[in-house]
Amino acid sequence: MSPDDARSAIGARFSGAEVGTGTPLMVTVAPGHWAELAGFAKETLGCCFFSFLTAVDWKEQGLEVVAKVDNLDDGLAVMMKTRLGPGVSTCASLTPIYRGANWMERECWDMFGIRFDGHPDLRRILLEDTWEGHPLLKSYAVDTPHPPYR
Amino acid sequence: MLDQSTVARVELDWAGPERITMNMGPQHPSSHGVFRAIVTLEGETVVAVDAVIGYLHRCHEKLAETLTYAQYPSIASKTDYVAAMTSEFAYVMAAEEIGKVEVPKRAQYLRVICAELQRVASHLLWLGTWCMDMGGALGGGATIFLYCIREREDILDLFESLVGARLLYGFYQVGGVRYDLPDGWAAQCRATIDRIDQRIGEYEQMLEQNPFFLARAKGVGVVSRELAQDVGIAGPLLRGSGIPWDLRRTAPYSSYEDFDFRIPVETDGDCFARYRVRMVEFREAIKIVRQALDKLPAGPISSRPALKSVAQIRIQKGESYARVEGPRGEVGCYLIADGSAKPYRMKWRGASFSNLSILPHIIPGHKVADVVAIMGSVDPVFGEVDR
Repeated sequence: MSPDDARSAIGARFSGAEVGTGTPLMVTVAPGHWAELAGFAKETLGCCFFSFLTAVDWKEQGLEVVAKVDNLDDGLAVMMKTRLGPGVSTCASLTPIYRGANWMERECWDMFGIRFDGHPDLRRILLEDTWEGHPLLKSYAVDTPHPPYR
Repeated sequence: MLDQSTVARVELDWAGPERITMNMGPQHPSSHGVFRAIVTLEGETVVAVDAVIGYLHRCHEKLAETLTYAQYPSIASKTDYVAAMTSEFAYVMAAEEIGKVEVPKRAQYLRVICAELQRVASHLLWLGTWCMDMGGALGGGATIFLYCIREREDILDLFESLVGARLLYGFYQVGGVRYDLPDGWAAQCRATIDRIDQRIGEYEQMLEQNPFFLARAKGVGVVSRELAQDVGIAGPLLRGSGIPWDLRRTAPYSSYEDFDFRIPVETDGDCFARYRVRMVEFREAIKIVRQALDKLPAGPISSRPALKSVAQIRIQKGESYARVEGPRGEVGCYLIADGSAKPYRMKWRGASFSNLSILPHIIPGHKVADVVAIMGSVDPVFGEVDR
């Protein structure tokens, strides 16, 4: 599927979606449509390759979850985004759709404190289970002391 | 006197339906880093794996938010320290894409030469250590390892005379590269890669005529085409599962379209297929280095003016995702710039992180000894897994 076809297919399926013009194809949907968009990307757009999932902390505007998937046969890349809104830190999990999202969502929980509903095993992955706070939040200062370290 | 159930267990040679949990790591020699696999066993067969990572976590992504575009590339090399050139490459490409920074042709070629030499060095370390892990079966174990390390040292010598460092380089900068080739470097490089090219064939002969090696690699750790994409593994693992995806060909960057090379693909998806892909990649990487040295254009090596301060490079507002084909697959850098001298957010898509996450899917059903062979064939570097 060409990027133009993908763009119109997404526009037709998700009325509220913002679809960008460049490469990779940027698609922003409401959090309610997050898992639906991923399912659509996999089934209809043929984006079977799961590249990565992460989040961005936009301070008072809240958290944004970003995931990228590829269609390796056609070279189509789709960057999916959803803004969770101020103070919200729950999001639908993509793990039932893409198995690769499992570790990425665990990392996201670890670093941003985003709870992924439907994730089979949401534990910290890089930091210790006893760690307090979520370091990649902008509110977490670089020099936050954490005993017994510094 | 043993009770009846213990006697039954001894006679059965395994604990019957009883499962035991065993810790592999964090200090297991086959992980080449710090990695803990909590394996659940039925007899000698693994039924479940819980992978515990994070021992080498240094919070690279937070660190990147505190360092300027001039400072971070030399830190980026510390993510994947076995292929340091690759991660620097991804970071500077992401910054250049947002800032629309031109990279001179000569710098692009120098980047390619170093990235490909790095691929050869990284694959050599993989081949040596993987064969050492499967040691006993290969008649002594350390033989191939020592040969490979000998070859890798020659490439590190080349890097040392170019950059001054043997492992972590800081060679790439936003706008180009930091050093031009010293006198006589090209000749030394050609002699080194010619020698390695010749010796690769010797290793292939040693290994592929060894029935023990074949028994341990063939049909072990099979990754299907569908699973490979779903989990997002990349590089030799993806190509070993029958998917002809190589970013140097499918999304060329840094003048890769100027060179003639093959993308090896194997369809079996087992350890042997991944081994074959990497063995061909050795030769293809060497071919690219030869072509780049032949066609190396004259001109400047960087478009960046001399800096008076590390905060002098400012990148306009925007975001980009740059990816390069590293020795372990797609190394991606997702960068968000806010117009200042430091990124607002930086995310590493570490190839090893995604590749390692395949383990819980493929190990169950194999014997404990195969865990070592499979883990070696995945070639994880824990600096990149944990970042």
